[in-house]
Order: sequence, then C-alpha cells, then structure tokens
Amino acid sequence: MIDLIFGPFQYSFMLRALIVSTLVGLLLPVVGAYIITRGRAFMTDALAHSLVAPVAVASLLGFTSYVTAVPGGIAIAMLMGFLSRHTGISDDTSIGVVFAAMFALGLIVLSISIDVNPSRAVNIEGLLLGQVLAVTETDVLVSLVLTVAVVAGVILFHRQLVYTTFDPVGAQVSGVKTSLVEYVLLGMLALVIVLGLSAAGIVLVMAMLIIPSAAAYLLARRFTGVIILGALIGVVSAVAGLHLSFYANWPSGPAMAVVAASIFGAATLHKRAFPVKADE
Amino acid sequence: MKSEPSITVTDVTVEREGFRALFNVSFHIGPGNLVGVVGPNGAGKSTLFDAIVGVLPLARGTVKIDGIDDRPGGIAYVPQRDYINMRFPATVHDVVLMGRYCHVGLFSGISRKDKEIVRACLERVGLWERRNALIEENSAGQRQRVFIGRALAQEASIVLLDEAFSGVDVGAQDGIIQVLQTLRDEGKIVMVATHDLTNLAERFDQIICINRHICAYGPPSQAFTPEVLEELYGSHGLALAHTHADGHTHIDSHMPND
Repeated sequence: MIDLIFGPFQYSFMLRALIVSTLVGLLLPVVGAYIITRGRAFMTDALAHSLVAPVAVASLLGFTSYVTAVPGGIAIAMLMGFLSRHTGISDDTSIGVVFAAMFALGLIVLSISIDVNPSRAVNIEGLLLGQVLAVTETDVLVSLVLTVAVVAGVILFHRQLVYTTFDPVGAQVSGVKTSLVEYVLLGMLALVIVLGLSAAGIVLVMAMLIIPSAAAYLLARRFTGVIILGALIGVVSAVAGLHLSFYANWPSGPAMAVVAASIFGAATLHKRAFPVKADE
Repeated sequence: MKSEPSITVTDVTVEREGFRALFNVSFHIGPGNLVGVVGPNGAGKSTLFDAIVGVLPLARGTVKIDGIDDRPGGIAYVPQRDYINMRFPATVHDVVLMGRYCHVGLFSGISRKDKEIVRACLERVGLWERRNALIEENSAGQRQRVFIGRALAQEASIVLLDEAFSGVDVGAQDGIIQVLQTLRDEGKIVMVATHDLTNLAERFDQIICINRHICAYGPPSQAFTPEVLEELYGSHGLALAHTHADGHTHIDSHMPND
C-alpha cells in the first residue's frame, strides 16, 4: 500500500507533478471559498474557458503559455468584473458574452497555430483536460510564484473579502473599498485558474475551485473552517487524482474532479445524516 | 474629541431605473436623535438611506454629513436583510468584529484592544452568551442586535437601520429600541426605517413620513396628522388613526404595507 502511494515519486516527473498538484489542491479551494459564498461559480468556469484565447496566442507566437495566460487571465477577469458593474446587463449575461467570445477566438487562433506550426502548437487535449504528469520545471517555478502572489492576496485582503461577501453595502459604508476588493478577488481567481490549468485543464479547473470548498461548506461551521477544510479536501483530491492519472492513465483533470466530487457526495450524505440544528 | 454629528439633506432628488424615487427631500437632523422613517413599501425609505450613505448618486441636491471628520467608519449602515448574505458561515462574534475592520490597517492584525471592544459591544447588546452562534441561527430580533453591536464596534456616530423591525416580534422590537435609545443618549444619530407603526410616539424623537417626498417631519405627536396618514396610506391610514382629546393622533398599531 505504502509502495502504491509513494512508489511513483521515485520518478522526477512525478515529483514535479506532486508539487503542482499539491499547490493546485491547496490554493484553488481557498479562493473557491470566497467564490462560492459569493455565488460566482459560473464566473470561474467562464474565466477558465476564456483563457483558451491567451494560451492560443502564446502557442501561435511560440511563447510558453504563462507569458500570455497570466496577464490575459487578469485582463479578462477585470473585463468581466467591469462589465458586471458598469453595464445594465446582468452579471451572468455579461460574463457569458466574454466567455463565448474569448473561447471562440481562442479556438480559432489555436487552429491557425496548428496550421502554421503543427510541431510547436499546444496539445489541445492536455489544455482542456489537464496533463499533470507532463509538467515541466518551468510549470513548477511559475506555480510557486503564483502561489506566493495568491497567498499574499489572501492574507492581506481576507478581512475585506469576508466583509464584502457577507454584507457588501454595510462594508462599503464602513469604508471598505468594495470595488478594489472585487478586482483583487478577480485577479486572484485569474491567477489560480492559470495555476490549475496544467493539472486540471480548462474544462475542469472549476471543479477544483468549487467542489472542495462546496464540500467543506457543508461540513464546516465557520468560514475559516471552509477555507482550511476545503484546502485539505483539495489536496487529497489533487494527489489522489494524480495517482489515478499515473496508474490508470486517466487525464488528470477528470481524475481529480471525480475524487473531489466523491468527497462532496460523502459530505452531502453526512450533512443529511447529521443536520446541524439551530439553537432555537 | 469627537464633534457632534449632523445630517443635512437639501433638495435631494434621486432617480432609480428611470423614475424619480425621491424628489425635493430636505431635512436636518442634529446630534442625539432617534429618528423613525416611516412610509409604505416603495415610498423611498431605502433609497433615502442609500442617498445619505452615498451608495446612490443624487440627481439633484446635496447630503452633508458633519461631525464624523475623517474618521473611518463614522457611519454604520444595516441594509434590508435581502442585501445581507445571511447564509454566510459567520458567528455573532465574527459579525461584530467586522465593525473593527475599518480601524485595522491592511498590514495589521486584530489587536487585544479590538477584541475587548468587541466583547464590550456584545455585552451591551446582550449577545455575549450567543457569540458563537451562527448569524443564521439567530432570530430576526437577535440579528438586528448583532448589527447594532457591529455599529458600536465600528464606533459610528451615525447609525442607519433599514427595516429594522421586519419579522421582529413586538417584545424584541422594544429591546432593540432600548439599545438604540442608549446610542441616542450618547449623542449619536440613529435612523430606523420601518413600515410598522407600532408605538412610534414612544419610540422615536422625530418621525420622517415619506412617500417619495417628505410628507411630514417632526416629533411624532406633530408629524402624524390624519392628513399625513392619508397621504401615506390612503383611506386605510385615516381609518386606523383617531385623534385624542389632547389633540394628538393615535394609530392603531400595524399598518398595511401597501
């Protein structure tokens, strides 16, 4: 059993994959906790799909995808936030428009990139479904840098994020800069999605953001508990997904998502069996 | 030394989604006042509060807040409960602690002094024993006291509570009013929007009757005339109001909302 768990890490590619998986499992649910309590799950999925555009541009120009994915992801997140706040159209509609436009644009640029240089073009299946076993040293390094940035954002803005999630108007009147906090959260969301791309892929990066925090939300009493338990469930899901990917040769995104969803299912059953009773 | 708070609203008109939600509103509230803002649903009570705290742009007019200087958190606002995420997993203590956030820098932590202030505020609103209960586990009346505790922790000089009595039974309403009266006695301005007309005269120093414009403003005995009630609530209001021998108008408790 121990061999089954630790045996694969004699290979350096598995060690790299373990580092990235752990960071993905740790960080995505932390940001996910703010996202689900704000009811912004759709935005996560939309932002992930929109990242096809900057990644495709990198592929066309022959850059590593982070060069465009990080600034592109932040820019798209800000655009979604701006449209939600400053146009008359509803949140999900404006997000849906950006999502569809960017995803479509990305697929077109990707197909051009494949025509122009088939050998250099990005692997679409890997991009969509994640290929954690193929992470490079650059991926590990970038993941560590992104982790530092997101952890700093969480530490600095946790209080404001909590207040604006709970009572946005009361927070604003008390002096919290709610629009700054919203954009910081969007920026962090963009960074963790970029971080999650190599492991979970565009289609299922949302799973690692949303499902562990949703399971933790069912089990934990307080918000800090949602964050901590979510991160724990995230790491278990990501590392178990990595093993499934290694042994069963499954794409890593679906493997991680299936484990996370199973934990969510168990949390739901637990919640139904032991509902928390109110005091009155 | 804190200076005394005041609110001066001059000729304010607010447009919401293309119609005039408030027009030509003017009044002045000095320090140490507990003010009830009454009117039917859709009368513009929330709009008035949003305009005072500056989250809604004014189409015309000015709102001048004095006496809070540059202090952070000078105004505390508790919006209607629909605008608050009551399912957020925060305890009573967590919510009152939020009142301290405007006093804590980005790079600082919550100090022992902040925690002591939070404890004192929780004791003052009678919720120290319930500090570990989740916000959603509290009754509507207890929640209002939590938010008053948060305003206390914020050290606000002006406190606005929108629909503070919605879903709160009469006994608990009296408990809320007692706490608010102590804030008033400290020189703060407290404004409470309500469409519940129970015991208004005993509860508030001043009443603003509003139906998209100010119908009346003054002490309850003067503000509530049969004419004002009819303007607010139509013939229902008139039917429930009766004038006593001493000249003041009495209202038979719960009024229709619409």
